[in-house]
Amino acid sequence: MIDLARRDAAAVGNRRARQFDVRRLTSWLVPLALLSLTLVIWEAWVRIDDTPAWFMPSPSAVAEELWSSRALLWEHTWTTLQEVLLGYAIALLVGVTTALLIAYSPIAERTIYPLIVASQAIPIIALAPILLIWFGFGMTPKVIVVVLLCYFPIAVNMADGLRAADRDALNLLRSMGASRWQQMRIVRIPSSLPYLISGARIAAAVSVIGAIVGEWVGASSGLGYLMTRAASQFLTARLFATVAISAALGIALFVIVALVGRLLVPWADEGRGAQRVSRD
Amino acid sequence: MTISKQTTEDAPHRAAAAVQLAVAGLTVSFDGVTAVRNVNLTVHQGEFVALLGPSGCGKSTLLNAIAGLVEPEAGTLRLDGETVVPANGASRLGRVAYMPQRDALLPWRTVLENATLSAEVHRSGRAAALERARELLPRFGLEGFGGHYPAALSGGMRQRAAFLRTVLTDREVLLLDEPFGALDALTRRTMQEWLLDLWNDLGHTILMVTHDVEEALLLADTVAVMTARPGTLKAVAPVELPRPRTADMTADQGFIEQKSQLLALLREELREPGSAP
Repeated sequence: MIDLARRDAAAVGNRRARQFDVRRLTSWLVPLALLSLTLVIWEAWVRIDDTPAWFMPSPSAVAEELWSSRALLWEHTWTTLQEVLLGYAIALLVGVTTALLIAYSPIAERTIYPLIVASQAIPIIALAPILLIWFGFGMTPKVIVVVLLCYFPIAVNMADGLRAADRDALNLLRSMGASRWQQMRIVRIPSSLPYLISGARIAAAVSVIGAIVGEWVGASSGLGYLMTRAASQFLTARLFATVAISAALGIALFVIVALVGRLLVPWADEGRGAQRVSRD
Repeated sequence: MTISKQTTEDAPHRAAAAVQLAVAGLTVSFDGVTAVRNVNLTVHQGEFVALLGPSGCGKSTLLNAIAGLVEPEAGTLRLDGETVVPANGASRLGRVAYMPQRDALLPWRTVLENATLSAEVHRSGRAAALERARELLPRFGLEGFGGHYPAALSGGMRQRAAFLRTVLTDREVLLLDEPFGALDALTRRTMQEWLLDLWNDLGHTILMVTHDVEEALLLADTVAVMTARPGTLKAVAPVELPRPRTADMTADQGFIEQKSQLLALLREELREPGSAP
């Protein structure tokens, strides 16, 4: 018989050799270097120009504030983090459920889906004052803003992913006599995961914004609350510190979601030299 | 050697085998447009039939209708003597093994997980299916690749993995929709010889769609030629080449003769007014 396996094995071997990629390292180094350079120039500028600290603190002054007020900053960060995580979890749960419902029921697809898309015209952030009236100064209105902001990208991306499933694969399953639920479980849901992950990444990036805006409107704790208080007192270094922490929170969430995504959807990444070529 | 409007039932060398698949007067329409019109086709047990036609003539639609993916507008379909179209109540899905045009391997499943999909769908003997799949891996040129994901495989390997999945569907009738369409010429020829060899061992009844005349002649017992859209059968011709066949036969006088006759039939379709160029 023709030795198909040996020839093909050689081709696969070549593909594996490309796994170690120096470019992955440099892709991190270059932006990091640019960021450091910006900070250095900023520091130098503030010192040479002798800019007043209430107007523009130097990076080192912000770092000092981050360290000396760490207890206070942590207290408020914790409030915000709770709102973000709770809101994000609820949005994920409700968003995925909605997407499954839309994919499973044509009626839901015709009724719910257009409503969700249309609801995006509502500036959710503008709802924050209304939520304040309804739910008071506690965490609830902030969590709701986070849920509303995160829900849309998650639900719509996953719904699109469920619909974008490979027609041939679906036909194949139908030809085997697979039930609708089996088609969903075996083809649609797995193929929607890359879409879900990308929606979840977008949601992670906006979630912190939602919590902070909610806190601006009215709160007694949280990074957004601390920002407004620091601004009114011209504690500019503290203001910068809170901004830095919010940014770090957003980035951390984004990276965590991206990493979880890579674990969950290793096949979507094959082109970049996936670590899991084989399960042997 | 003759090409006539006879049905495959008249083919003398197949007279002994039982009729496995009988299509009569089959018509399929989409939104009022007829894709397949009045097709009559008989496939015997263990027979390899190639469905040859210009692109867009409805070959795939005919295959889908037989697989149960599309409901015909008119006509009858009998499988192993049982009438399944018009519907007799029970679903006719799952009665034949179907292989779509592209490999349709699920990228998040390993070769073995893809190959045993049918057992999983039918909730029947997944362990036994896995064992059988492992045994068959070498025969499908996939030895050592059972745990690999499709993205790590070459085009030919992916196609053979799809074949393995089709064979493990454990049905007597295989419907193959241009199984080699996406492969380069060299791989395609190798794969054709491999399939001949496999079919020789396993003895399935095969109905294969193709637009490649050489492929049809090299593989099939019978070639059914379709007209341009709306597709119907124009001719059914037995292939008069001895078995076992090899790729070298493409240079034989008989092969070349029959190839030019089939090409002439196809060319007529391309020239007819109103048909696709």
